[in-house]
Amino acid sequence: MLRFAVRRLIGAIAVLFAISVLVFLIFNVVPATNPAARIAGKNATPQLIKNVEEEWGFNKSLPEQYWTQMKLIFTGKATSYSLAHINIDQRILEGIPQTASLCIGAAIIWLAFGIFFGYISAIRAGGFVDRFVTVIALIGISMPVFWLASIFLYYLTYKVELFPASGYVSLSNPAEWAKHLILPWVCLAVLFAGFYSRVLRSSMLDVMNEDYVRTARAKGLSQRRVMVRHVLRNSLIPIVTLFGLDFGVLIGGGAIVTESLFQIEGVGYFTAEALNQQDFPSIMAVTIFGAFFIVLFNTIVDIAYAYLDPRIRLGTSAA
Amino acid sequence: MSVTPETAPAPAGGAGGGPLLAVENLRVGFATEDGRVQAVDGVNFTLEPGEVLAIVGESGSGKSVTAQTLIGLTRSPNSHIEGSVRLSGEELTTKSERELQKVRGSKIAMIFQDPMTSMNPVYTVGKQIIEAIRAHDSSVNRRDARGQAVELLGAVGIPDPERRVNDYPHEFSGGMRQRAMIAMGLALEPSVLIADEPTTALDVTIQAQILHLIQDLNRSRGLATILITHDLGVVAEVADRVLVMYGGKVVEQGTLDDIFYDPQHPYTWGLLGSLTRLDQPRPHRLPQISGAPPSLLNLPKGCAFRPRCPHEFGKCSEVPSLAAHLLEDPKHLDRCWLDAEKKRQLRQVEPNRIGLEEPV
Repeated sequence: MLRFAVRRLIGAIAVLFAISVLVFLIFNVVPATNPAARIAGKNATPQLIKNVEEEWGFNKSLPEQYWTQMKLIFTGKATSYSLAHINIDQRILEGIPQTASLCIGAAIIWLAFGIFFGYISAIRAGGFVDRFVTVIALIGISMPVFWLASIFLYYLTYKVELFPASGYVSLSNPAEWAKHLILPWVCLAVLFAGFYSRVLRSSMLDVMNEDYVRTARAKGLSQRRVMVRHVLRNSLIPIVTLFGLDFGVLIGGGAIVTESLFQIEGVGYFTAEALNQQDFPSIMAVTIFGAFFIVLFNTIVDIAYAYLDPRIRLGTSAA
Repeated sequence: MSVTPETAPAPAGGAGGGPLLAVENLRVGFATEDGRVQAVDGVNFTLEPGEVLAIVGESGSGKSVTAQTLIGLTRSPNSHIEGSVRLSGEELTTKSERELQKVRGSKIAMIFQDPMTSMNPVYTVGKQIIEAIRAHDSSVNRRDARGQAVELLGAVGIPDPERRVNDYPHEFSGGMRQRAMIAMGLALEPSVLIADEPTTALDVTIQAQILHLIQDLNRSRGLATILITHDLGVVAEVADRVLVMYGGKVVEQGTLDDIFYDPQHPYTWGLLGSLTRLDQPRPHRLPQISGAPPSLLNLPKGCAFRPRCPHEFGKCSEVPSLAAHLLEDPKHLDRCWLDAEKKRQLRQVEPNRIGLEEPV
């Protein structure tokens, strides 16, 4: 088990390195204009551009440039010139609690509803409940986040002042924290809940035809026990795979629309700002930050597989 | 875990009342998009404690559906089940799903064809046996149930059961998995064991071991066994009585000796003729029954075997009934219009060899 985890981690580090090189090349080598001028911002003096060139190593060879820039980003010395001279790493770190609050809460909601609806839909496949849930799920999948968020904001915070309009309150005041986050949580979770319920439903219907499910019934187990312990348990792998990817994307700053619309100044919000200002150092840092979480959660998913399916645990040689 | 009086071994047809298991006119149909499939059409048999009944037939003859219907595994919105299945006089077909759950595993256990896929890969073998025990008697604590699981694994010949009980199914070989399945089946001391092609996925030496294990258990525990197979070699090894099925119907029914030495239905001759006999000179090519089993959606008119039977004649366009045609043996039934004397001539394709046609 330990060896399995270690090998996966080494693989993850290699992937991260490759991504950082790729990001570096895309932002610094491919564009034809002077990268230092872009970093320095719109109204930069020649002196500032010169300083930027010095700071980001554009007067050196490519490997040295890569090294200089990664050092700036990873040691927290990178400054954004377009965004009020903020320290980029510090800005990302400040955004983490807000992004995490949003994503973890939403993830709990979408997993709970996705699994619940997928389960009742699968055990009642073809019946009225299944059809009803299918329609609800498709509606959920079809509603764009920006539209749903706008509807929520208009009707629930403006027309009926049920929730505060926007902003983030730190967890030191849990009631206000939750009150400010309920709408963004629901907005973010609706799409995923619908999608996960569909995936779980089809996965469960596949597993129901397995021989070991027939064995479980032949043992005289109750219908519920067969469904939960044998069918559901063996249907979770696709859900875990999806969850690792989706959650990694969101916590790495992917909830751009939700964070922007609800004024939650997390990593996604910062990403939107950086994109608006075309601030390359910030975009590069956010991209690497996001990639880190995607790789991290994929590694966690791989380790979770080994827990979900004991046949994988022994496959260390294949890992 | 107590042995109730009616499930205890009793002499066949004794004072204890009816047989242990009585199946009467069982019919199972499935509604499909192409029409209704009559998978089982009027099966009758009885089973006594300590007896091994073999059900033989090709794929699609209805033998597995018959077996699964006994414990209600074929129940679904699109299935239609008629007839009666009585266990110690108790009707099973009218029981609710919840009541049937109490019968499954505890009174009638079932083991399946492919031991590779019949156990849940994510739980240890021990856990799956414990689950079966505790499903029927939740007062048994985990530790005791585990002790029983170890004992059962030992009883079916798993070496070092104390350690292997914690193994996952994929750490067992095919033969060991089938042994573990049998151990799971025996966990609640059922009175009937249904073995659905238990040796099909195993190699020959393991097949023999599993068959002997079933036979031992059958004798030592008085366990009534229904053995479903397409392999007459397996039948010859362990069965007391044989049911030959074709196209959802029983075409011949008798004792092991009846079927092997005095077979009445041409389909049975064909099955016997296609066996490799080690005690006789081998023909150049092993005989086969030409053609394929009929589609259950569209059975031939009259005798279902008619299109494949070389001895077909005018009368075969009417459906023959399952009846005794031999005066000396009223329990040997078959479903064929041919006259008994004629059959004796026709089936003897070579000296000392029964078959459907002369081998080529």
